[in-house]
Amino acid sequence: MNRLSWFNAVSLTLGFAFLYIPMIILIVYSFNESKLVTVWAGFSTKWYGELIRNEAFLNAAWVTLKVAVFSSTLATILGTMAAYVLVRGGRFLGRTLFSGMIYAPLVMPEVITGLALLLLFIGIGLDRGVLTIVLAHTTFSMCYVSVVVSSRLVTFDRSLEEAALDLGCSPAESFRLVTLPIIAPAVISGWLLAFTLSLDDLVIASFTSGPSATTLPIKIFSAVRLGVSPEINALSTIMIAIVTMGVITASLVTKRAMVRQKQEEQAAVRA
Amino acid sequence: MRRAFLIAVPYLWLLALFLVPFVIVLKISLSDAAIARPPYMPQFDWAEGIWAFLRELDFENFIFLTEDDLYWKAYLSSVRIAVVSTLLTLIVGYPIAYAMGRAPEEWRPTLMMLVILPFWTSFLIRVYAWMGILSNEGVLNQFLLWTGIISAPLTILNTPTAVYIGIVYTYLPFMILPIYAALDRLDGSLIEAAEDLGCSRVQAFWLVTIPLSRPGIIAGCFLVMIPVIGEFVIPSLLGGSGTLMIGKVLWEEFFSNRDWPVASAVAVVLLLILVIPIVLFQRNQQKQAEAEQ
Repeated sequence: MNRLSWFNAVSLTLGFAFLYIPMIILIVYSFNESKLVTVWAGFSTKWYGELIRNEAFLNAAWVTLKVAVFSSTLATILGTMAAYVLVRGGRFLGRTLFSGMIYAPLVMPEVITGLALLLLFIGIGLDRGVLTIVLAHTTFSMCYVSVVVSSRLVTFDRSLEEAALDLGCSPAESFRLVTLPIIAPAVISGWLLAFTLSLDDLVIASFTSGPSATTLPIKIFSAVRLGVSPEINALSTIMIAIVTMGVITASLVTKRAMVRQKQEEQAAVRA
Repeated sequence: MRRAFLIAVPYLWLLALFLVPFVIVLKISLSDAAIARPPYMPQFDWAEGIWAFLRELDFENFIFLTEDDLYWKAYLSSVRIAVVSTLLTLIVGYPIAYAMGRAPEEWRPTLMMLVILPFWTSFLIRVYAWMGILSNEGVLNQFLLWTGIISAPLTILNTPTAVYIGIVYTYLPFMILPIYAALDRLDGSLIEAAEDLGCSRVQAFWLVTIPLSRPGIIAGCFLVMIPVIGEFVIPSLLGGSGTLMIGKVLWEEFFSNRDWPVASAVAVVLLLILVIPIVLFQRNQQKQAEAEQ
């Protein structure tokens, strides 16, 4: 067509090639027979076998999963409350400080957050382990949840809540029956975001974990420091596969929910 | 009553686990190192009160930071790496975001998903992927040798170049998404109007598209620059010993040297450097949130 769309096609192709080729190479080399990651010696799935037999990795994966489930659930509850307060709370004492504390962790270097939390836990004499990692992860991921949920809250029509109140709902009922179903997709994506943030985190977990609790990223990092290994490639491939399936499922579910919501709205307009 | 409860729970949580820890970091940065557990001497005793604390106020950790040129070199080099890599990410990210905004409507959700997918994938894994590509026997060198562009392998891993590549790669979605959000809202008829009024396509781009996507550019730059200044994983995996970044220095001060007071002082100074961009970022976010409301 015209020059601009040619330019756009090139930048999209190059951009997505840049984003995806490194991951594809990583995945390809996880099926390499050779221990040397740079020499192709034929197809093999032996590194996946090694991985399943590696007890240390399995234990770390279990700790990571536990931490992620607890911290993302707590973060979703706290983050949704914080979003509701920020968008609907009106004015209250220290609101600026509150919104500052919501936005600051989004850009705070992890080394600072990690160090600060560790010093707190030591100061109050809390033993480092699964609990301290959960507390740390909840704190920074609740801020992400609250940003996601508040962006949904600002766009939603407040008169729906008011109608529910006029029709005899208590505020709690109106929240449960009207507000929550409408913001539910944002709450769910907030939970997913908190969950992945917790799964991924290396720096904050390194500071706040003790000898009793090693998470998967800590394990991967100490292995990777020594160089590239096909076992880590296999582990990465599994993690990439899980995330990919999760993201695709989530986007299909939200798409369906949006279509249904649109249909219901149209039906309501007709009625 | 219910409103008070709603406000109090997240507020108290953040006060206890976000604000108070920083106060503790500040306090420990003013104490002396000691060979003990925890390895520092408390300088501040609540019982003695604030005056005793002020009388014995001790900035020796901060003075130490200025005396050893490792630290200020690390701060400077972190800021420089952050600024350069933010610009690189903008140069790489803007055309992608722009093309996404111009793509057919029905492609956009898929393109969005393709940008978000790497963002959901483990940061550590994405950095690790480049270790296999950039090393001397890595995929990139093998490819370049095979094509005959070079005759001897290039040393890229463990140089600043590898750090820049790693940063641009991992932070790219943070730049693309806010710019795309701004461009997506942009009314196409404004560009047509500019062209009708005699602008060339390039002029219309500079005079209309760029200014209207400015909030997205600003948000994207802050989202990349601020965390990169304190970045630890990328310099320690891709940078080798030659790349000095303050996040790595803090980590080593804490885990290898076990000097907690100096590590805390490093964190306090880093925070002071970051206060300005963080406040500006927060203003930008609030202004945008209010504009949307």
